[in-house]
Amino acid sequence: MKADLDFRPEMFEVADKTDLNVDKIRRPSIKFWPDVWRRLKMNKLAMLGLTLIIAMIVMAFIGVKLSGYTYFEQNLKLRNTHPNMEFWFGTDELGRDMFTRVWYGARYSLAIGVIAAFIDFVIGITYGGIAGISSRRVDAIMMRVAEVIYSIPYLLIVILLSVVLTQEGGGSSMFVLILAMSLTGWVPMAILVRGQVLQLKESEYSLASESLGATKSWILKKHIFPNTLGPILVNVTLTIPRAIFAEATLGFLGLGLQAPMSSLGTLANDGLAGLAVGNAYQIIIPAIFISLIMFSFNVLGDGLRDALDPRLRK
Amino acid sequence: MSKYLLKRLFMSLVTIWAVITITFALMHSVPGDPFRSESKMPPAVYENLLSQYGLDKPVPQQYVIYLGNLLQGDLGASMKSRVETVNDMVERGFPVSAQLGAQALLIAIVFGPALGSLAALYQNKFPDYLSMVIAIIGISVPSFIMGTVLIQFVARNVAYFPIGGWGTWQHTLLPSFALALMPLATMARLMRSSMLEVLNQDYIKTAKSKGIRKSAVILKHAVRNAILPVISILGTTISNLLVGSFVIEKIFGIPGLGRFFVQSISNRDYTLIMGTTIFYAIILVAMLFIVDIAYMLIDPRIKLAKEGR
Amino acid sequence: MEKILEVKDLAVSFKTFFGEVEAVRGISFEVGKKETVAIVGESGCGKSVTANSIMQLLPMPPAFFKNGEILFNGENLLSKSEKEMQNIRGNHIAMIFQDPMTSLNPTMKVGKQIVEGLIKHHGLKHHDAKKKAIEMLDLVAVPQPEKRIEQYPHEFSGGMRQRVMIALAMISDPQLLIADEPTTALDVTVQAQILDLMKSLQERLDMSIILITHDLGVVADTSDKVVVMYAGQIVEQGLTDEIFKETAHPYTQKLLASVPRLDMNRDEALLSIEGTPPDLYIPPKGCAFYDRCDKAMKICKDNMPGFTEHSATHASRCWLNHPMAKTNEGSGI
Repeated sequence: MKADLDFRPEMFEVADKTDLNVDKIRRPSIKFWPDVWRRLKMNKLAMLGLTLIIAMIVMAFIGVKLSGYTYFEQNLKLRNTHPNMEFWFGTDELGRDMFTRVWYGARYSLAIGVIAAFIDFVIGITYGGIAGISSRRVDAIMMRVAEVIYSIPYLLIVILLSVVLTQEGGGSSMFVLILAMSLTGWVPMAILVRGQVLQLKESEYSLASESLGATKSWILKKHIFPNTLGPILVNVTLTIPRAIFAEATLGFLGLGLQAPMSSLGTLANDGLAGLAVGNAYQIIIPAIFISLIMFSFNVLGDGLRDALDPRLRK
Repeated sequence: MSKYLLKRLFMSLVTIWAVITITFALMHSVPGDPFRSESKMPPAVYENLLSQYGLDKPVPQQYVIYLGNLLQGDLGASMKSRVETVNDMVERGFPVSAQLGAQALLIAIVFGPALGSLAALYQNKFPDYLSMVIAIIGISVPSFIMGTVLIQFVARNVAYFPIGGWGTWQHTLLPSFALALMPLATMARLMRSSMLEVLNQDYIKTAKSKGIRKSAVILKHAVRNAILPVISILGTTISNLLVGSFVIEKIFGIPGLGRFFVQSISNRDYTLIMGTTIFYAIILVAMLFIVDIAYMLIDPRIKLAKEGR
Repeated sequence: MEKILEVKDLAVSFKTFFGEVEAVRGISFEVGKKETVAIVGESGCGKSVTANSIMQLLPMPPAFFKNGEILFNGENLLSKSEKEMQNIRGNHIAMIFQDPMTSLNPTMKVGKQIVEGLIKHHGLKHHDAKKKAIEMLDLVAVPQPEKRIEQYPHEFSGGMRQRVMIALAMISDPQLLIADEPTTALDVTVQAQILDLMKSLQERLDMSIILITHDLGVVADTSDKVVVMYAGQIVEQGLTDEIFKETAHPYTQKLLASVPRLDMNRDEALLSIEGTPPDLYIPPKGCAFYDRCDKAMKICKDNMPGFTEHSATHASRCWLNHPMAKTNEGSGI
């Protein structure tokens, strides 16, 4: 180092550092949401999930029109046709086009999932938020109530309600299914939101801004809300597959949508009969789509969680 | 500690009471009454039936009678099966369901955390990918589909596995596995993330700095702590297993309580639905209680925190 | 003096998303027998990485050794296998960490944690191990040791936990103790107790200590030698007296000026060092302290100064030591 340097006196003059910003940060600074998106994009599985979800939503709208058959049109001459060029997914035991029925089913399953998640979200945020900012006693009572509701098995209540709200021998309406699922489904969200609110209410940085004279609504808007958003987003993403799963299970137990409407769950239930007589495709096709939906939302939710986790920031 | 236990016991009783009340209210809010839908019967027979089931009394009185019967362990009569009571069916079906559930839980508890730990220890290497593929299949494929697939592709081709029914050890394998897969996957995923977090903790570094074997660091220090969140979801897991058993028993034709429950739903056998639901709720709340105590015994920090209150 | 540890030209890097971070960039120092060497610097200057390198506790990957060797009793630790290292860790070299609240396993009884290493290294029986654990807790002045070994870490206060950590580290009579900011997380009153405890144990057990700290106040009365690190390099090292009285490097001067002293006037401002150390994912070409140095010269920006020896034990890395530098330049300190 020293050896190959040619020393000249001017090198030892005081350095001119006027152009130097001492506090500049050399590492490129990254904004929060773009960074979340960047890291989400790096997660191939999550991106696959997102792509599949978008594709399935698109197909739920246009897929039902592609084959030219309706979901209720019966053709008894073409019963139990295995998948071929005419009927891409075959036909069911009443000769209805499975392709159209599957996309109708996907439409209902997705709609039920999304709407149930949205209702859970609204109730959960309201209830959890109120509990979180209320006095300790109100909070304690609200949480005990939520705990009791939560320890009642979710699907048991859904089953009971569907039994009560539907006519004998018939299926449920979408409204009944969603109502039944929202009745207990909001609790995890409420617990999550309450926990976040409490944690953030006590945490040091909102304390810091309170000591700087910030109002409660300012704290809520600037600190609590942005920091709660991440976990909530993840929870919503993971609530959707849970609701779809619950609906599919109900459908499979014979409590699903009223025929001739169909969800993927009722399609699988109908297909179970076909299994015994060699028409396995009737259950396998809806099964694949249920699994794909579950897969997509779960990996997307996981990916979001990882992308939002500041500890995993590289 | 005993104060906490008492409090916890009280909450459990409140939960059971809430389930009973909700169930009772729901079942009695069904429009009409259960015997109207049956084929025309002489008014005298109809009146007779109503009074036999106590349905001629006002609803609040019915509620009190029902609660009283429950306290004596009487879950009520079945409306459709005139010979068997709900208690008979529980006695017949529950042991089968319990065995199925216990086996599934065992599979999930043994393999879930093991897979999750392996995945965390070999993060981003082959064991991680393998475990996570299994876990993703587990959470994506609902048990009724897994059950169907197992029957179609395994039971039909491998003579060792019967296609359905109940009786021998072989009968239990496929349904237990189908039932176990989802909780196994959930536990594996939870264990993986919990393990990754624990492995970054200072006390793991302390353990390593003592120069003890890697296996001791992992088992005594990492797994011991990482498994705590897995234990805390055992309650939910048991609840999911219970509901999963409805589906699995239907597919595999297993004569368990779940199948009675599903049948009671399609038969609209309200007293049976009510009795079974309440029985399930009691079992479940008891399990949650046990899990809570187990958690308290395993995590020394909980004991003190709860005692302090 | 007999050397226990010799670090030669050690360079450690981390692979990250943004590229390689050169956390330690060629450092050399020695620790003699029964000597206490303090490694001083701000957070992020490579102190802890150095400590963890000696113990080989760095997560690899992302960390990797780029260069150098670490000689412990003449043997290079960097070429040892994991099995061989296990026999050294906790046995011949022990370590204490910064935060006693997180460095003990919350689900294992304290007594068991203390003797775990001893059982592995010396194959002690359960009964003897228990006796030894009680003895050690007594030695680190934890009251009621018989009762305490049956308790869990959450039943201990911060200071008590750090005593437990010391007991845990000392139980195998190590030749070298690495204390990574052992008092940073503790109350000021407890800090002094812990340091005194370490000093007294050192005299009793004839061991060497590497004390890692950012607090020069701690250094003055505990250590024999001081190594000042900045941005992954050593900028000055020498005997404690030399560092405090014949301070050579502007960074050391600033560090010293930022320590509160009892003899300070009440209106005398405590100096803080403006700015932050450079991010080591693009290490500066010249002197790393250039940006924050009051006495920086033109040469400093792009040329790395070498070491100048002020005495047999004292050296610093600064262009001000060059004969051509005008010594009266710069006001500041």
